[in-house]
Amino acid sequence: MSALTDELKRGLDAPICLTWELTYACNLACIHCLSSSGRRDPRELSTGEAKTVIDELRELQVFYVNIGGGEPTIRTDFFDLISYATTSGVGVKFSTNGSRIDAETARRLAAVDYTDIQLSLDGADAATNDTVRGIGSFATAIAAMDHLAAADFGPFKISVVMTRHNIAQLDDFAGLADHYGAELRLTRLRPSGRGVDSWHELHPTQDQQIELYHWLLDRPGVLTGDSFFHLNALGSGNLEGLNLCGAGRVVCLIDPVGDVYACPFVLHDEFKAGNVRDPGGFPTIWRSSPLFLELREPQSAGACASCGQFDACQGGCMAAKFFTGLPLDGPDPECVSGHGQEALAAVGAGRRPPSTSDHSKPTPVRFIPRTSPARP
Amino acid sequence: MALRPEPFGALAYHYGNRKLNFLRSPELVRLVDDLEHFDSARAAFDNLDLDDGKWPVYGQALDALARSDFIEPVGSFGGDRKVDR
Repeated sequence: MSALTDELKRGLDAPICLTWELTYACNLACIHCLSSSGRRDPRELSTGEAKTVIDELRELQVFYVNIGGGEPTIRTDFFDLISYATTSGVGVKFSTNGSRIDAETARRLAAVDYTDIQLSLDGADAATNDTVRGIGSFATAIAAMDHLAAADFGPFKISVVMTRHNIAQLDDFAGLADHYGAELRLTRLRPSGRGVDSWHELHPTQDQQIELYHWLLDRPGVLTGDSFFHLNALGSGNLEGLNLCGAGRVVCLIDPVGDVYACPFVLHDEFKAGNVRDPGGFPTIWRSSPLFLELREPQSAGACASCGQFDACQGGCMAAKFFTGLPLDGPDPECVSGHGQEALAAVGAGRRPPSTSDHSKPTPVRFIPRTSPARP
Repeated sequence: MALRPEPFGALAYHYGNRKLNFLRSPELVRLVDDLEHFDSARAAFDNLDLDDGKWPVYGQALDALARSDFIEPVGSFGGDRKVDR
């Protein structure tokens, strides 16, 4: 293990970057949404409060924020906030489903410096994508990309959550990115939010994990959010990026109501460190919240200590373990050596943590008229 | 480019190409900070009064920064650390 990784595990003075979900409101209802978004929360930060957070990030020299949601562009002050951030020296990368990016918005975005866009797309065709993200969402994302290309925005990112149904489309995604002069970004499906329920059907198979690993090794230019380091245990070399769990050490998350979570994929009370509205704001939480300080202590390898691959995979992803009910010091549920499957089999009913943050839209109850049965 | 102090040295961030570099010693941070005041990297290094034998290590670190356009002159491509979180 490199000394740099050791240093990062002890935590930085400020996050390298942080994830900031601006709103829980969303026009889509993706079945794997890790923040269970849908409805706006009335407690969401006001424009003034959000700008105070940006001021704090500037003071801490946080270089950029990953803005998401919900669908962040739904906020009426979205442009005000990204322009406030970028002129403060806090760069912005935001994730969007593209529904608000028309020709005019694309031109407006192209004119803002230090702004990066990630278009979410979970299938290389409408059938695959829309099954996860909703009917019409593929066409919406493609239209947004067309507008960005026409506005000469430059190289935006196409961000794909890898599932059992789209791993076969890896080359198609690369082709789509090439077509738009975009960067391809592939990230790991987490069993977080609504993903708690869809993960078992969506997560890649073992064979697909192996396929993905070799595909990525061959393409170091493809971005991954450093999210596949558990695959390094396959042993043909480490994937690009920082090979460690960054939660509370180099990254964290601010949710729409200002709650600060250690991990961008665990919006759960157990990983909540405070709220930006608390005295001292975000800097105090980052520097001295008991949770963050604990995460920066040496972590036990637990059940993985005897596995020869631990240095390569670091025991995998905390979020994946937490939401599948696995102990945090044991194997990842998708451990490529198969230890995760054994551990999952041993998880009793009720071990999975109940959700503490859900903003899903209520499922509409539809009355389906039935034709009267034929009378005998 | 911006430098942010860290316990191990500093984080360097390039706002233009969004690349990140880890400057892993306080002396290297000082060297990078001082560059603009000297005619050459070697002159800036000499000013730090470090062991002469350490020059190759510091020279390599500066080469890596130059390759990702953090400092000029620009050399051949490669060597930066891709960070995407």
